[in-house]
Amino acid sequence: MSASLGVPTAPPSPSSPESPPLLVLRGIVKSFPGVKALAGVDFTARRGQIHALMGENGAGKSTLIKVLTGVHQRDAGEARLEGQPINPRSPQAAQALGISTVYQEVNLIPFLSVAENICLGRQPRRLGFIRWGEIRQRAERALDRLGLRIDSRQTLASCSIAIQQLVAIARALDTSARLLILDEPTSSLDEQEVDQLFGVLRKLKADGLGIVFVTHFLDQVYAISDRITVLRNGTFVGEFEAAQLPRLELISHMIGRDATGFDQHAPAAPAPAAAARPFLEARQLGRKGSVQGIDLQVHSGEIVGLAGLLGSGRTETARLIFGLDRADQGRMELEGTPVSLRSPRQAIARRLGFCPEDRKVAGIIPNLSVRENILLAMQAQQGWLRYISPPLQVELADRLIATLQIKTPHREQPVRLLSGGNQQKVILARWLAAQPRLLILDEPTRGIDVGAKAEIEKLMAELARDGLGILFISSDLEEIVRNSHRVVVLRDRRKIAEMQGTDISETNIMHAIAHGQPEASR
Amino acid sequence: MNWRNLRWPLAALGLLLLFNLVFTPGFFHFELKEGRLYGSLIDILNRAAPVMLLSLGMTLVIATGGVDLSVGAIMAMAGAVGALLINAGCPVALAITAALAGATMAGLWNGALVGPLQVPPIVATLILMVSGRGIAQLLTNGQIITFENRAFEYIGRGHLAGVPFPIFLVAGCFLILHRSLTRTAAGLFIEACGDNELASRYAGVHTRLVKFIVYGASGLCAGLAGLIVATDIKGADANNAGLYLELDAILAVVLGGTALAGGRAHLGGSLLGAALIQTLTTTILTRVSPHFTLVVKSAVIIGVCLLQAPKFRQLVLRWRHAS
Repeated sequence: MSASLGVPTAPPSPSSPESPPLLVLRGIVKSFPGVKALAGVDFTARRGQIHALMGENGAGKSTLIKVLTGVHQRDAGEARLEGQPINPRSPQAAQALGISTVYQEVNLIPFLSVAENICLGRQPRRLGFIRWGEIRQRAERALDRLGLRIDSRQTLASCSIAIQQLVAIARALDTSARLLILDEPTSSLDEQEVDQLFGVLRKLKADGLGIVFVTHFLDQVYAISDRITVLRNGTFVGEFEAAQLPRLELISHMIGRDATGFDQHAPAAPAPAAAARPFLEARQLGRKGSVQGIDLQVHSGEIVGLAGLLGSGRTETARLIFGLDRADQGRMELEGTPVSLRSPRQAIARRLGFCPEDRKVAGIIPNLSVRENILLAMQAQQGWLRYISPPLQVELADRLIATLQIKTPHREQPVRLLSGGNQQKVILARWLAAQPRLLILDEPTRGIDVGAKAEIEKLMAELARDGLGILFISSDLEEIVRNSHRVVVLRDRRKIAEMQGTDISETNIMHAIAHGQPEASR
Repeated sequence: MNWRNLRWPLAALGLLLLFNLVFTPGFFHFELKEGRLYGSLIDILNRAAPVMLLSLGMTLVIATGGVDLSVGAIMAMAGAVGALLINAGCPVALAITAALAGATMAGLWNGALVGPLQVPPIVATLILMVSGRGIAQLLTNGQIITFENRAFEYIGRGHLAGVPFPIFLVAGCFLILHRSLTRTAAGLFIEACGDNELASRYAGVHTRLVKFIVYGASGLCAGLAGLIVATDIKGADANNAGLYLELDAILAVVLGGTALAGGRAHLGGSLLGAALIQTLTTTILTRVSPHFTLVVKSAVIIGVCLLQAPKFRQLVLRWRHAS
């Protein structure tokens, strides 16, 4: 069961053996109160190579980038840039060393010109006056370097997102830049724009720049990178030649499961006798900029797992079903009746429930009591005037606190004072009180301790036995396999496979994510 | 009611009363003359009535995480509408109903901007704060519209069982709102919406409707306050009626323990806050020249606000430990 990672670190074989690597990190350790974010991570980047940094949520990618760019200071380990030890204390210091970073969101000023954005904060001055001519010249030199032919006088807002992203790169690339770090640069770009960005990256690579590229999109990793470093739970898993690393192996490194040789799990309970009609049926459901072509069925009493890597469109699918985003393609039926949901309220009226992934932001009402948090959805369903009487409130709250074994000193305790697992149970209790027919659980076990995890899984099985349909989203494949009657696999915001019964296995899901179809059907 | 949050305003009020007990002869003296009760305390409550009414509506708005800057202007509008209708010979009931309905409509206009249209509350209510007073001035041609009508004047000048009628209006409004919050789901929805709007929406609360309604309630309370002020002086003064009272109302709410960021609503606390502000004003007015009123008032209020701030209390504690 335990994922043994006997995978040896592929010995780095630099393209030109005589040149020392551009950047070498050894044994980087970084702790935050209560968490060890990085536990001895190695990383190497070379001149003229594009290096992908991969890992699931919490793997430590962002922390590593922040240590490298001086946002955080490392607790231990060493960093060398072209053989010289470095220890940047701030992003400015890192920039001065030649380490340039472009973040996911474009951090520029939309209503200034392209040229001003490129030179912002370091405008050439004479006697306190800005030298506009030189700003233009500098900006155009920077754009030239990227092979970008645009008018540097136009405002940034008038450019496409892709061009804005490239302007951000132009800004980051000081003449002294040696290493360029791109943190998820493609997440808001369409395919053509990604191609444009990759064209520029190839040019920079040919100029001898080292590039570090963080992304969730597997296709893009294989399209552009030379080498891949995988992190998991703050530890270094390995460094690999992209061309020699099969996709399946990459995925197994990322999620920490060996691709071969682990047990086939039988689903926790036999699949319920399929009712003639599913409770929820989605056909080709999609939304521009979100997910595409989602076919999905959930029967009453069935747990359907929604699997896929981070960014594959799992939460987006849940948002479409629950009416948080409006579908602009395909259709959805509940018990055979076509519906078009425009708000959670309408979804709840149709007996849907949704436990969101981000408990603190979209789940708990922090200062209200456990009782009030539990009753909220039920009361919202009943409306303003049909007030649930205080004695009934107390009875309901106490019963759910007991059923779910929520650890709280009292039902009137503000919910923010509870532990993460107990907060999650309060939100579950909120939905149970509202008595939905279909419950969407988005990462219900994230960030809670093992005991609470087991309890929530047990509860899911019991609820399904009582006839509740559950759409279960999780990054933990083992958990998906263990609990689901049927599994739908997403990749790059599309549905790519569906499996049920004995076909459900981690191997099959990983094959599907890697190759677009489960092993069994190949 | 959570008395813990009210410790400091209660203490400040207690200190003020104690000060007056010692230094103001006859402060706690009540006198029955011609069937009417007179005394400083009655006077304070009577004068505080408009701000108390405003602060009740404002409590709901602030609990949802918003603010209503337009209540002073709505007061002026309601007074103007009432005065014009009375002078036009309308029945008193109709004049009152029309003034209150207009004020409620004005509040719902704010609510429509903040709720469905998602305009930030400060911007949305600032619009009516400026234009509302303008409308009132247009209605009255910039003049003070005076009137003589015993029944209408009863709102601001009447006595019931010897006690000024505005005090009953405040008590009535408090009871109605308190019941609405505790006997319907309104309280839960308002507090949930102010504490975490996104999560409330996810749980199916109609957050935009909640906001729409609380601004309407605030408008209605302001309309009533406007009628009290106009009938008290037997005239609608569009230029001065309710001027800057929105600020006193916000202050009363904050003193009463409702967080400006939204969340728990403390109606009783807001009344206490309004009473504190008026007691302070009266105390200052009876001993020093009126020019000092605002400065002294500010000083006391800064003190109470600092004492309520957890950061400041920590600082004081640390300083005491250090010395």
